[in-house]
Amino acid sequence: MVENRPIMTFITHLVLVLGVAMIALPIWITLVAASHDEIRMLQAPIPMLPGTHFIDNLKQTLWGAGLSGDQTPVWRMLFNSLAMAMMISVGKIAISLISAFAIVYFKFPFRMGFFWMIFITLMLPVEVRILPTFEVVANLGMLNSYWGLSIPLIASATATFMFRQVFLTIPDEMLESARIDGAGPMRFFWDILLPLSRTNIAALFVILFIYGWNQYLWPLLITTDTDMTTIVMSIKQMLESAEQSPQWNIIMMTAFLAMLPPILVVVGMQKLFVQGLTETDK
Amino acid sequence: MVDIKLENLTKSYGDVEVLHHIEGDISDGEFIVIVGPSGCGKSTLLRMVAGLETVTSGEISIAGRVVNNLEPADRDIAMVFQNYALYPHMTVRENMAYGLKIRKIPKDEITRRVNEVADILEIREYLDRRPRQLSGGQRQRVAMGRAIVREPSVFLFDEPLSNLDAKLRVQMRLEIRKLQKRLGVTSIYVTHDQVEAMTLGDRLMVLNGGYVEQFGTPLELYERPASLFVAGFIGSPSMNFIPADVVDGGATLGIGVKLKTGSTASGKVTLGMRPEHMVLDKSGTIKIKVDMLEQLGANTLVHGALQGTDTSFVISLDGIQAAEIGAVLSFSAPIDALHLFDAETGIRLDG
Amino acid sequence: MLKRVHFPSSPLPYLLVAPQIIVTLVFFMWPASQALYQSLLIEDAFGLSSEFVWFENFAALADDEQYLSTFWRTAVFSSLVAFLSMSVALILAGFADRVVKGATTYRTLLIWPYAVAPVLAGALWVFMFNPTLGIFPYFLDMIGIKWNHYLNGRQAMGLVIGAAAWKQVAYNFLFYLAAMQSIPRSIIEAAAIDGAGPVRRFWTQTLPLISPTTFFLIVINVVYAFFETFGIIHVVTQGGPASSTTILVYKVFNDGFVGLDLGGSAAQSVILMVIVIVMTVVQFRYVEKKVEY
Repeated sequence: MVENRPIMTFITHLVLVLGVAMIALPIWITLVAASHDEIRMLQAPIPMLPGTHFIDNLKQTLWGAGLSGDQTPVWRMLFNSLAMAMMISVGKIAISLISAFAIVYFKFPFRMGFFWMIFITLMLPVEVRILPTFEVVANLGMLNSYWGLSIPLIASATATFMFRQVFLTIPDEMLESARIDGAGPMRFFWDILLPLSRTNIAALFVILFIYGWNQYLWPLLITTDTDMTTIVMSIKQMLESAEQSPQWNIIMMTAFLAMLPPILVVVGMQKLFVQGLTETDK
Repeated sequence: MVDIKLENLTKSYGDVEVLHHIEGDISDGEFIVIVGPSGCGKSTLLRMVAGLETVTSGEISIAGRVVNNLEPADRDIAMVFQNYALYPHMTVRENMAYGLKIRKIPKDEITRRVNEVADILEIREYLDRRPRQLSGGQRQRVAMGRAIVREPSVFLFDEPLSNLDAKLRVQMRLEIRKLQKRLGVTSIYVTHDQVEAMTLGDRLMVLNGGYVEQFGTPLELYERPASLFVAGFIGSPSMNFIPADVVDGGATLGIGVKLKTGSTASGKVTLGMRPEHMVLDKSGTIKIKVDMLEQLGANTLVHGALQGTDTSFVISLDGIQAAEIGAVLSFSAPIDALHLFDAETGIRLDG
Repeated sequence: MLKRVHFPSSPLPYLLVAPQIIVTLVFFMWPASQALYQSLLIEDAFGLSSEFVWFENFAALADDEQYLSTFWRTAVFSSLVAFLSMSVALILAGFADRVVKGATTYRTLLIWPYAVAPVLAGALWVFMFNPTLGIFPYFLDMIGIKWNHYLNGRQAMGLVIGAAAWKQVAYNFLFYLAAMQSIPRSIIEAAAIDGAGPVRRFWTQTLPLISPTTFFLIVINVVYAFFETFGIIHVVTQGGPASSTTILVYKVFNDGFVGLDLGGSAAQSVILMVIVIVMTVVQFRYVEKKVEY
């Protein structure tokens, strides 16, 4: 700051604190709602300060049947979400790493053709080709499976581009030196390339984990079996059932549990998260 | 016996030929320096020997074995790169051991060899550091160590000293020379620095525009440069060149000055004279108008022009000398200090 | 593009690109071409027969009042989401950039909504604005505003815009703050010496210098509002009341999966694909420019 007037400093912090409060308000209300009992949450105005039932609600949400009528416990949904997020992020990273490796370090016919084919996927978000993709997955018998949840989403132009960029900045002499040392392609990939891209992989993982965890439309379409429900998509069903028997404390606890893992990832790995975000969008 | 043979070696990128019919025999234990201006193809030639560039035509053989189609790893060579190319995520020890590990050499043998080489290079205390924690000179040593520990039959050096500061460069130059003599491993060293080339090499291969201009010992190159290019490239300050006509063993310079050359050649030539071979001589026929003096202490460089022409001329005189700017000094040159080159082809004319 | 030296040719590179290419072919190229093909067909309601009709589906869309108004609605929705989330982020970043100590703390406190799934953002907001229980309708009632987004289309639109913008503030804030922090301190100090106060400096120095970021964020935010807000709309309003919050992506889904109008839905998909491609090209041109800059 150039000027050092106390009044300016005060205003600066005031605005920022208000901003933080505004951004945090929805989650505060969620937490408060998740800490009261069912009865209290049916009386307007709803409370603004935390109650004492947080742990009870947490237990009931995680291990109880969740909402009446819904047979899938929330821990199962959390597990499904975790499985989907991990499969999507690890899958995306793995196939992007190897295809970027092939495109940068090998000269082979149709190299550019493959490159453009991967590029095309950038232009086709799942939302715009949802119906025919659903048909393909149905025909392959992948409905209601972890494979069906993750594989159609793991082709990634952005990740391939990013790794291509990373590989291009690694000096050519690394490869030459490794070849003189006697390392073949895969050995070079494991011993040199992977360790050198470690932070990029971690940064990308943070972004992709969030992307995978937060998938909504896709799991909604391809899972009909309640055992395959993910936590994020369960919110919709809960809100629908809330119209008959509103258990807002449980709904909000579920919402809280659904957003907790990605928030922890963002806050805990902030540096990697920022790096990943700025790298993939360039 | 590790000798290297380059036979009629050619390299093209598409339609562009960058190396033309390179020939050269390198004998066991020799230290060969490939020297030339940037873009002359010297690095390409080295990389062809290493197996990092393909051979367009011709043959490279190492220890009697044609290696044209062998992978770099199968050629029994080690290379030191200009930027060292140390693996940044490995410690010095791991860097040095990597090639041995791939070759499945037993662990205790690797440890023994790494320690031994570390002692020779005095880098033992850095063995557990990463390259980024080392200074430029230390990295250079590690790069050398990584090459030595492999015990290859050939060392290849690609301008390994150009990233160091001037003082360290001189020091490392001596060390490389000593080390190579001690290990007795056939070596090829690429540089653009003619002083480095002269001090390091048993023999020098001067490359220019993809052609070998001359391949010989440093003194041969200095005393009998095969071409105008070599004459100008080797030696500092550079040789002076004057166009001249030779008739009956006597040269007539453009300004009518006559010199005895002791050569049987005749016709249009370029006459070359090294600055340090000129002798201050009141009756000398070469008259220089002084533009500037450079006092270097051990010697004095006189910069001037041949009287009556624009042809610039440099003379190196021993010790501290004084002269007025604008004064005209007379010099003569001994017959055996004159070099004659064909005016058109630049090839040495011998007599 | 390619390294100077590469590995000798072998079947290996094909094996390495194979997984990516197979997934792309099976789940991207094939479905996209199917969408293209279906957009040229009309299928009867039971899916028993279909007829090739060339561009009739597109012609029908062009005449469809409802579709055209969806287009318009999407445009309004996207610009409002982009404008709202970007201006809030810009203001917060402008102040955070002034903070000497604790800027990272503020950043941490402001970026986490990025991690919240759109559908959860929708759920949080729908709870806050629940007409009978919500905290906001309660306060709004005090000042005489009756809130019911289940009945009032404008209020419904306001709600989805609010939820969508709220989630996106974090992302924009991050990029704005990074852009501001990369402005050399000396430029701002020079302006201060020239006598410009903080507000003036912000308008005349900071804002022009971060304009590349602004442009980049406009593209990103519009893409976000176009496609990723599906979850918010699905959970908050389901496109209602009376289609007042139906945007293009939602309509593709609704006509295809609920209305079972495959040809019409496919034609809409194709139009959306064209829009995405145009946006991607714009985004890439921008990246190129930035490299020069």
